Amino acid sequence: MNKIKNLAELRKVKEGMQSRMSMREKADSSEAIIQIKVGMATSGIASGAKETMNYLITELDKRNIKALVMQVGDMGYSYAEPTVEVTIPGKDPVVFGEVKIPRAQEIIEKYIIGGELIEGILPANYRSI
Amino acid sequence: MAVKMHILVCGGTGCSASASHEVVTELNKELVAHDLTDFAKVVVTGCFGFCERGPIVKIIPDNTFYTRVQPSDAKEIIEEHIIKGRKVQRLLYVAPDTNESVSDSKHMEFYKKQLRIALRNCGFIDPENIEESIARDGYAALGKCLTEMTPAQVIDEIKKSGLRGRGGAGFPTGLKWEIASKSRVGEQKYVVCNADEGDPGAFMDRSLLEGDPHSILEAMAICGYCIGANKGLIYIRAEYPLAIHRLQVAIKQAEEYGLLGKDILGTGFDFEIELRYGAGAFVCGEETALIHSMEGKRGEPTFKPPFPAQSGYLEKPTNVNNVETYANIPVIINKGADWFSSIGTEKSKGTKVFALAGKINNVGLIEVPMGITLREIIYEIGGGIKGGKKFKAVQTGGPSGGCLTEKHLDTPIDYDSLVAAGSMMGSGGMIVMDEDDCMVAIAKFYLGFTVDESCGKCTPCRVGNKRLHEILTKITDGKGTMQDLEELKNLSAVIKDTALCGLGQTSPNPVLSTITNFWDEYVEHVTEKKCRAGQCKALKKYYIDPEKCKGCTACARACPVGAITGTLKNPHVIDQDKCIKCGTCYEKCRFGAISIK
Repeated sequence: MNKIKNLAELRKVKEGMQSRMSMREKADSSEAIIQIKVGMATSGIASGAKETMNYLITELDKRNIKALVMQVGDMGYSYAEPTVEVTIPGKDPVVFGEVKIPRAQEIIEKYIIGGELIEGILPANYRSI
Repeated sequence: MAVKMHILVCGGTGCSASASHEVVTELNKELVAHDLTDFAKVVVTGCFGFCERGPIVKIIPDNTFYTRVQPSDAKEIIEEHIIKGRKVQRLLYVAPDTNESVSDSKHMEFYKKQLRIALRNCGFIDPENIEESIARDGYAALGKCLTEMTPAQVIDEIKKSGLRGRGGAGFPTGLKWEIASKSRVGEQKYVVCNADEGDPGAFMDRSLLEGDPHSILEAMAICGYCIGANKGLIYIRAEYPLAIHRLQVAIKQAEEYGLLGKDILGTGFDFEIELRYGAGAFVCGEETALIHSMEGKRGEPTFKPPFPAQSGYLEKPTNVNNVETYANIPVIINKGADWFSSIGTEKSKGTKVFALAGKINNVGLIEVPMGITLREIIYEIGGGIKGGKKFKAVQTGGPSGGCLTEKHLDTPIDYDSLVAAGSMMGSGGMIVMDEDDCMVAIAKFYLGFTVDESCGKCTPCRVGNKRLHEILTKITDGKGTMQDLEELKNLSAVIKDTALCGLGQTSPNPVLSTITNFWDEYVEHVTEKKCRAGQCKALKKYYIDPEKCKGCTACARACPVGAITGTLKNPHVIDQDKCIKCGTCYEKCRFGAISIK
């Protein structure tokens, strides 16, 4: 990566990322792929988020499902770690709580493939700027 | 046929207590009766946090939000909403301010209770990818400051925003920067980030650094530009390995991208950031002690003045701010002081991050606008008290703070109202307590913490807190007198007036606030030797019910002090004077004949 030499270049990087981020914000593009965010703060990792993330990556790969699995910070639901947020293009993001491996499997099979919600999803209760 | 509609039913503790599972059964029954199982599906969810109006039912995809749904309503929901597409008006949530029913949950005021400013990127971006941060306006505020604003203008903007220090005391941030910028102009200066989060139960700063490290780096660079410093230091405790790792990655990436280092964005401004690791002493959260620890000296506070702005790290002018304070800076620059100051109360602007812990259903990290009430935090965001028990108190401000009680539930929370109520904002730990918590034991816990963590430099803190802890122990052991309670008050006042640093001066707060708010509980411990929460082991009394006692002698044989007497096949008796309340007899009895009072 070359250094960003001035403000105009910083804006260029921002714009370059914009398409990817706006897809995440709106998730309305039909070509967009499934995005999966795994809450990987200390509390998440302590409750097994790493295993969940590894499982999601290998399992989605095995099933040939195109999805972007990424780590993010604390989502705030400490009582239900590990937490995983799944955004299917065109739909609102859904947060799943207490996602250990069996639950991750259920998410892939029922929600991502079947489009059905599964028990125990966490309703979002905040707005961001 | 794929499932087109989902009926979400809250399965949180609150809603389960009001029979949400019966609603689920009824809904499922109706779906089967109408042969709709392929079309719609009932899903039990986690807590919606709106327990005051449970059971909650939400229909997806149209986001219809039904409150106080009874099992008998299931038929109507299925027949009207699912089949005919007409919303059941009488079950819709009615907004208290406008008195109109709200059909789409996205328009409910409740979902605006939490507003994320400091946590804006937390849980949204990959913290180890600088480009994602840039896409969310990362380093844009720094660019704006360096190219379009003078340091004085930036300071002015921060002052106008009304931002106050989020570490606890609430000193105006803009003013702090102004003092540092005017101090010894032209000399080497330092920007320090205080990430020594030591309050029991607090994890706001850790989560911020783990979720969005770039915002902190950016804000420190902005501060450096304002006060004329080109070196930043983050003092972080070594117990936070993940936060340290993410910061290291972030600093490295920012340097690679030229957003830290020499000649940032071609403006000629240099700024670099280093990490300093603390060994986890509570007192090192105090700014003078923190600076000494960074210098490699003992982490002990010194008398102020001189303030760090005049003589701080290596005796150079230093600006110390808390992690959360820095996290607010880029947003203020990007969105403007007017926008920021429109949120919150008259004297406390913006939002505050709290770590919600204790006897509450939704333990977690929340960010709320200043001026929200405790009731909203506990019963709406927090989802109420665990197990449906009765709320007793909330501890805010950690070992320097105090307890708020039921009468404070509707007080708007800001820096000044909390101080007026005998507590303080602190860094944002919020520990909820229910009827099973003994307030004397809580005060003792915090004093125990302070005694362990006191640096020992000044006598009031080193000796005074030890004595306070001894008196509290005496009371919880059932040996306290009314004289002891007076002693607690007097000694607390002396420590408050004479301790050297902010930590010592605030250390009696847990005692004072519990004495003020729970005086009768203290008196009960002393005069009646009774602990109503059943927490103080020494005040428990064990009795044998002669009706149930079979005279098996199991308890008498197990009692380590020989306090139980009785003959075979005859009821036994416990000698209260000899009993040491160890509980062994209670565990040994196979007939449930021993009770605790």
